[in-house]
This record gives sequence, structure tokens and C-alpha cells, in this order.
Amino acid sequence: MKEQETLEQRLSGQGVSRRAFLKFCAAMATMMALPPSSASAIATALAKAKRPSVIWLSFQECTGCTESLTRSHSPTLESLIFDMISLDYHHTLQAASGFAAEQARDDAMKAFYGQYLLLVDGSIPLKDGGVYSTIAGRTNLDMLEEAAKGAAAIIAVGSCAAFGGLPNAQPNPTGAVPVSDIVKDKLIVNISGCPPIPAVITGVLAHYLTFGELPALDELGRPKAFYGETIHDRCYRRPFYDQGKFAKTFDDEGARNGWCLYELGCKGPTTHNACATTKWNGGAGFPIEAGHGCIGCSEPKFWDAGSFYTPLSAPAADVTTVAQAAAVIGAGAAIALSAVDRAKKRKAQQAREKLTVEDLKGS
Amino acid sequence: MDQELLLWMRGAGLQIASAVFVLGMSYRMLHLLMLGRKKSLAAARGSEWAGGLRTMWRRSFVLPRLSPRGKFTVVAGYLFHIGFFVTLFFLSQHIALFRAVFGFGWPALPRGAIDIAAVLSIAAMIALLAHRLVDPVKRLLSDFQDYLTWALSFLPLLTGFMLLREIGFEYVTLLTLHIASVELLLIVSPFTKLAHMFSTFIARWYNGAVNGFKGIQT
Repeated sequence: MKEQETLEQRLSGQGVSRRAFLKFCAAMATMMALPPSSASAIATALAKAKRPSVIWLSFQECTGCTESLTRSHSPTLESLIFDMISLDYHHTLQAASGFAAEQARDDAMKAFYGQYLLLVDGSIPLKDGGVYSTIAGRTNLDMLEEAAKGAAAIIAVGSCAAFGGLPNAQPNPTGAVPVSDIVKDKLIVNISGCPPIPAVITGVLAHYLTFGELPALDELGRPKAFYGETIHDRCYRRPFYDQGKFAKTFDDEGARNGWCLYELGCKGPTTHNACATTKWNGGAGFPIEAGHGCIGCSEPKFWDAGSFYTPLSAPAADVTTVAQAAAVIGAGAAIALSAVDRAKKRKAQQAREKLTVEDLKGS
Repeated sequence: MDQELLLWMRGAGLQIASAVFVLGMSYRMLHLLMLGRKKSLAAARGSEWAGGLRTMWRRSFVLPRLSPRGKFTVVAGYLFHIGFFVTLFFLSQHIALFRAVFGFGWPALPRGAIDIAAVLSIAAMIALLAHRLVDPVKRLLSDFQDYLTWALSFLPLLTGFMLLREIGFEYVTLLTLHIASVELLLIVSPFTKLAHMFSTFIARWYNGAVNGFKGIQT
């Protein structure tokens, strides 16, 4: 790939028309809730954009995030945009291996120091010196700290890199932490989700290429344009929630009628993501459309938030046993103290001196 | 942080609140029942049970002849209690909670009925507070605990209604606030006059039974 080639040249070389490119820019502008006029600004900026160097570090992860990006619906403009960055290091996608692969990372870090984008997927284990995940004999922690120094910005892709994800779930045997626990002096964009929506990653990249900066973020470091609303707020089953119509099992009449999945454990009300609007698999649908509640995968600690099938209004821990034990202790205390009371009363009765008529006469 | 706080409220927080509530209530109620009374040596002039049950019925379902002030207190008080009871036991989301804790559930009321009950209940509580503040006799009779128990009963209703309609805050925040307000209510009720949720019918029976034994016609 020629380094000096602009995005527009590259796209036309791949048979993507200018019209299709402009449509993509308009879609990106809409998706990020930018004003309509910004579509042409995106088009102009993207058309001239040079390929930025991207180093992608994969730590404790399942490659699902990469799978989501590359296999979701190909080939599309989104995946072509992804081609337009110079992906200088990525375990799964690079051709080089062994020493050559590590050399490519070193070269890119030196050549584009202070300019490259660092994408991270997977969490970083810290326990026992970080020995639970190493690449080329180096711990993830060591590699992240080195790569973060020269990065223009860091994008944590997926819930593991953003919030710790599955490796961080209790009891967290490897001491896994998210990127933000290690890198404190760089801007980190968290693109959470298990996996995240591919269009969200390309959206953030397009924003960076267009404006030279990262988009506005929420308090958890996620781009507001995609994580500003909950699944529940944009869910097509929302009217059923408002009417109090809930499916009670996955195959009852309510489920067949497409009623709300709240009582089957849907975490849509507390989950911020763009699934309900951006959708998956080329716009085919999202989990709730397939009849399953949202599991809340773009929120921190979602693996530890009780069962995926426990309603949000139900306890996330065993309250029944605790209450039973409390009832036994309470009843026991009442019986014991009543016995003490009665003993005291009996004692007082026995100790009482009887007053006789003679006593009264005597006084 | 929001998510973790909510998780704590739904998990450890609820366990602590339930433990305090159940332990406190079972202790207080059982201790109360076991206080006992000396056996009366007088001959019974009527049935304890008949008198007890009659008083339970009359004090609960028969509106006595009252002054306008008394009538307002009773009517608004009933509205609040019925609304609270209906929203607590017949909202679908609450039944899902009871099913998870007790292992069984029951049919829910339609959302419209719940909404009406909740609004009436909230309005009645506000009216009762206003009356308590405005009426000189009521104000004189009120102490800190009256205002505390009012607030603790009002907050779950208010946050619950806001949660259903997503008013003011995000769902996560409202759900956290709602659960927190309920947990506060659970923790405080065994040790305040809110314990009447269990003792009130026992007390009514007791008063009636004493009168029944003496043969008093109530």
C-alpha cells in the first residue's frame, strides 16, 4: 500500500464511487449526531487524509473484537476505511510473525513517535508480575507502557480493554485491569462492548481523521455519540415496557407477541450502547430483535452483575437465605430475652416481702 | 461507578437491609407477643376472640363519625396506605422481585391502575404533610420521628414513580435511588413507629379482646 495515497484515491482504486463515499460520510455524520453540514467537512477531510499508523495490541482477549470488525459484513465501506489506516502491528491480521512482527512494531513506534494511534483489546494481568499473558517474552504491562509513551491517543477496543471484562470478573485470578488503570497521562477512548459495534470503531477513526481529535466522551470515556443513550431508550419494544406487558418465559405468548424482555433479565435500561439504532450484521438486527434480552456487555462489571436472566428489579445476590438466618436469630433473641425477663419477674416476686395486717397495726 | 453502586444496592446492600429488617421485626414482634399477661381470675363476660376480631374489622373498614379534620386524616391516610399497598404488591417488576425471593408470584395489575394508585398515594402523602404542618394541634403532636417516617415512606413512592416514567435522571440513577430509599425504609422500620406494619392488627385484636372479655359492647 502506498503511504502517500489519499483515502479517496485508494477507495476509487477499489471501485468505490464518490457517491458511495459521500453517502458513507453522511451516515457517519448522522451516527455521531453531528450537524448535516459536517458531512461535507468529513468528506473533504477524509478524502485528503493520509493513512495514520495504527498499532493494535492484543492482550487478555478472545479475538472477538477483531472478529467483529473484520467478519461482520464484508466488504463494506467500514471495512475499507479500516484498510485505510496503516495497521502496522496486529497479531491476528499481520502476515509477519516472530521477530519480524515485533520488529514491525518497533519500527512503527520509532517512525511515528507521538503520532500513531494505539488500539488495545484485552485486559492486562498484573498479578505475579504479569506472567499470565506475555508476547515475545514480554509482559502485557511492559509492552503497553512502552507503546503508550509515543501514542497520540489510545483507543481501548472492547469491554476487556475498557473495563477489565471477563478476565477481570470475580475472582479475577490473573489480577486483570483495564488500560485506564495503567495509562494515566494519555487520552483514552473506551469503545466498550463484547464485542463492540464495528461502526463505532470506524466512526471514532473517521472522527479522528476528520477533526484531528477524538470525539466527546462520557464519564466512562466512551464516545457520547454512540453511548449517550440506553438500549432501553431506543428499543422498539419500549412501548410494551411502558404498558407493563412483559414476556415471562422465552416461549410464552408474550414472547411471541414481541413484548418487553425486562422480566427475562434484559439489562437494556441500564446499558449505554448504539445496538438498537446502529444494529449488527449489516443492519439485520440486534439481540433483542432475536428475542433475547440485552446482557449489558458495554457496561463495567457486567459479568458480575448477577445472572443475565435475573430481572433488574430482583436481587443480584441471595437475599432469601440471609433473611431466613436473620429470622432465626431474631426469634432466638426474642425467646432468650423473654426468658430473662420472666426470670427477673419471678425473682422479684419471690423477693417481695409480704405485708400483713399486723405490720400495718404495728406502724 | 453508577453500575457498581447499583450492583451493590441490588446485592450486598439489599442483603444487609433485609437482614436488619427481618431480624429487627421478628425480634420485636415475638418479644411483644411473649410479654404475655397475667391470667385474669375474673369470670369472662364475653368472648375474647369475637371482641378481638370485631375490633380488627371495625377499626380497619368502618369509617367512624368524625370531625372534618379527623375525616380528612382518615380518608387521606387510607388513600396513601391503599396506594402504597397496590404499587408494592401489584406492579409487575415488584412481583418479579417477590418471585425471586419467595419462589412464587401472582398476577400483576395493569400499569394504568398502578399509575393511578401511585399518584393518589403521593398526593395523599403531600396533603397529609401539609395538614400536619398547618394544623396547630397536629403540629404540636408531631415529633422528629413523624417527619422521619413520613420521608422514609414517601421517598420509595416518589423515586419509584420517577423511575417508571424516567423523570429527571437516567434509569441507572433512578433505580439506584429507588432501591436505596427502600433499603433505608427496611433498616429503619423495625425501630420506629413504622413497625406498625406488623403490630397494628395485633394491637387491634388485643384491644378488642380485652373489651370482649369484659363484655363491653363495641
